[in-house]
Amino acid sequence: MLDARDMVKRRLGLRLWLSGGWLVLLLLAALMAPWIAPHDPLEQDLFTSRLPPFWMAGAEPGYWLGTDSLGRDVLTRIMYGARVALIVALVAGTATMLIGAALGLIAGYYRGWPDMVISRLIDIWMAFPPVLFAILLIAVLGTGLTSVIIAIIVIDWTRFARVVRAEAMAQGAMDYVASAQVAGQRRLGIMLREILPNVLPTIVALLTLEMGIAVIVEAILSFVNLSISTDDPTWGGMIAEGRTSIHQAWWVLVFPLAALFLTVLSFSQLGEGLKDRFDPVLR
Amino acid sequence: MVEAVKPPPLYQVSDLRLSFPDMARKSLFGAAPGIEVLHGLSFDIARGEVLGIVGGSGSGKTTLGRVLVRLLQPTGGQLKFDGQEIGALDEAALRPLRRRFQMIFQDPMSSLNPRRRVGSIIAAPLKLHGFDAVSRRVDEALDHVGLPRAFRHRYPHELSGGQRQRVGIARAIAMQPEFILADEIVSGLDVSSQATVLALLEDLVRDLGLTLAFISHDLSVIRRLCSHIMVLESGRIVEHRPTDALFDSPQSDYTRTLIDAIPLPDVDADWINRD
Amino acid sequence: MSAFLSIRNLSAVLKGGPPLLRSVSLDVAAGEVRGLVGESGAGKSMIGKAVLGILPRAVEVVEGEIWLDGVDLLRLKPTERRRRIGATAALIPQDPMTALNPSRRIGPQITDRLVDILGWRRAAADARALELLEQVHIPDPARVMRAYPHELSGGMRQRVLIASAFAAEPKLIVADEPTTALDVTVQKQILRLIAQMQARHGTALLFVTHDLGVVSKICGTLSVLYAGKVVEDADVRDFFAAPAHPYSAALLAATPRYTDPKAGLNPVPASVIKAVDAEISAFDRGWRNG
Repeated sequence: MLDARDMVKRRLGLRLWLSGGWLVLLLLAALMAPWIAPHDPLEQDLFTSRLPPFWMAGAEPGYWLGTDSLGRDVLTRIMYGARVALIVALVAGTATMLIGAALGLIAGYYRGWPDMVISRLIDIWMAFPPVLFAILLIAVLGTGLTSVIIAIIVIDWTRFARVVRAEAMAQGAMDYVASAQVAGQRRLGIMLREILPNVLPTIVALLTLEMGIAVIVEAILSFVNLSISTDDPTWGGMIAEGRTSIHQAWWVLVFPLAALFLTVLSFSQLGEGLKDRFDPVLR
Repeated sequence: MVEAVKPPPLYQVSDLRLSFPDMARKSLFGAAPGIEVLHGLSFDIARGEVLGIVGGSGSGKTTLGRVLVRLLQPTGGQLKFDGQEIGALDEAALRPLRRRFQMIFQDPMSSLNPRRRVGSIIAAPLKLHGFDAVSRRVDEALDHVGLPRAFRHRYPHELSGGQRQRVGIARAIAMQPEFILADEIVSGLDVSSQATVLALLEDLVRDLGLTLAFISHDLSVIRRLCSHIMVLESGRIVEHRPTDALFDSPQSDYTRTLIDAIPLPDVDADWINRD
Repeated sequence: MSAFLSIRNLSAVLKGGPPLLRSVSLDVAAGEVRGLVGESGAGKSMIGKAVLGILPRAVEVVEGEIWLDGVDLLRLKPTERRRRIGATAALIPQDPMTALNPSRRIGPQITDRLVDILGWRRAAADARALELLEQVHIPDPARVMRAYPHELSGGMRQRVLIASAFAAEPKLIVADEPTTALDVTVQKQILRLIAQMQARHGTALLFVTHDLGVVSKICGTLSVLYAGKVVEDADVRDFFAAPAHPYSAALLAATPRYTDPKAGLNPVPASVIKAVDAEISAFDRGWRNG
């Protein structure tokens, strides 16, 4: 018999497959770009400038998604741009999670003065406008991939800290925590072995969300030319360039934008999908 | 030599006080003033005694229970466990003693970690206290509470309310404690599981020679199980006597009100208008 | 048909899942108090919700009729059904802590229904609310009208909810475990209050509870449910003298009795559960084939 929960599970399964599939495809494209990309990402050729994508009249074979105003292959540049996007997503996302979740867990479970300090810090952080903060940071640190990653960590750890703190506080009030205390468990042990597993699904969901956000932040920074050097292809940089020729060659703008959109969407859907699929309590 | 015949009580409590800081009246700087929740309680719990602790909401019964197992630290008075003062001990000094007094909680859903399997829930405290043959002890604990051994592989949400509460009991008895505090452990259960869990507890107390404090708002449940009853009202003991004596001739009006308010399952048209 | 509420062969399932109610039939006459007893999952609250038209979305009624004041609710269009139920029935909910909106004053929460649905004038509705708060023995009702829920104790809030339920003079009230969250002494006061209000207003009352002690004190008739099926339907006097169904007898024997500790709190024998489960399976087989 097909029961209602199976239906829900099946739909979630599809969501997990679609988002995971896109991300795996993107990861492969990024890793293998030097070998499988049809062209050199920096190769300029004014004879092939603004070629349309393959299904339109005037397209040339080999330039599947067309070329930009300097004659560079759009598909190739999206693949190379994915390298930057994914490095930022994985490194910045994970580091943000580690720092934010640790501080949130400590504040939420230990309460008292650690909570005072961390909560005040969060309040102060939240008062800064994030984009301005990022631009300021890059201005100090200089442009480059490392700076972008550091900027994301410094700005976004509060997202984890806030949510994890609230969750840890709620879990801390449960009797299974009191029970571990009656059993003689140490505070650190209770935090890591009793509370952390219960906060983990939230952390995973936040992590994937954060990865999507990191991709967007990197795109914004490269859009305003504050990310890595202007020559290297980034999605944000491509979008910025494509904007100027939207009427003559829409594909230069639309394809990187679509890649960005699909990636961010996939990250958030992956988080939800993983949570529903692997949480023993929901399963 | 006369002393040697009668062993000292397991718990000796005198003038026990507890106040919580009142955050509503806290000034911006400086400590919050205290609200006293337990107003100087004095009583003993003898070894092998089953003590019922009764009262309405706000009577302090749950707070008292949490002080007895030192989830809360008293702010005054003496709390002796097996002759040793434990009221002022810090967490590190308490740790070796913790095996000896265990607790069963009211809400088995919240007291069992939802992301651990039953086996791991029962085994965790055993490992912590360095017990040998943990796996065998988990099996024995499950046997004791009448759950199939295969249940060790299940998650709490896969069990019924009564089964979860038995896991809570198994976790407590696996530690071979001398004292168990049971805080409203049947109030969330259906009558049929309530009766089953109480019968189980009755057997365990007898077979394992446990000392038990059983907190409840329901005097009729307590009557079945307890040898002595302590009635609390607003953090004070209003009556503390052997069960039969208390039911036959309640000495305080509050106890009488509590008993009269219990609806017996018999048709009695006047009951509802009787004060 | 003299019954004010008459449920006929009501069956409901969890959408695409197991049956929740199995051909439930029961009547509540005008002015009658019927207890609806069972353990958790027996479907007692589900029946109350079906009567009030507030079943969760995942629950689907597959057959049956719910006659309220001569009209089969299940044949009405949703808007008409809501209007009909709103005009004739009301609920006393279980948890007085969550049943009141914490950010609104008490007064409007009682008068909303009168003003918005029944079209009363504000002044008349306020007067009515004051009168009812007095009837449920709330001291200084004018002040309570202006108070927020958190300023009142659990017992006081339950009184407010009772006043609110009786405000529009409903002909039927569904009380869903109204005293389960209360202290035993407060429970007695609230039971007394519900009995008084019910007698004064002549309301039919469907009293959902797991506590046979409470049923014996407030109900005239009762239906015992097991797995969504009525296993016994009896007059309270007959039932407590000698329950007819072995499951209800076991339930009664499991209820504690402080007067005779050996007589109460007997675990329900496994044989009884087995027998009643067999009864349910037999019913399901007949249901599927028929």
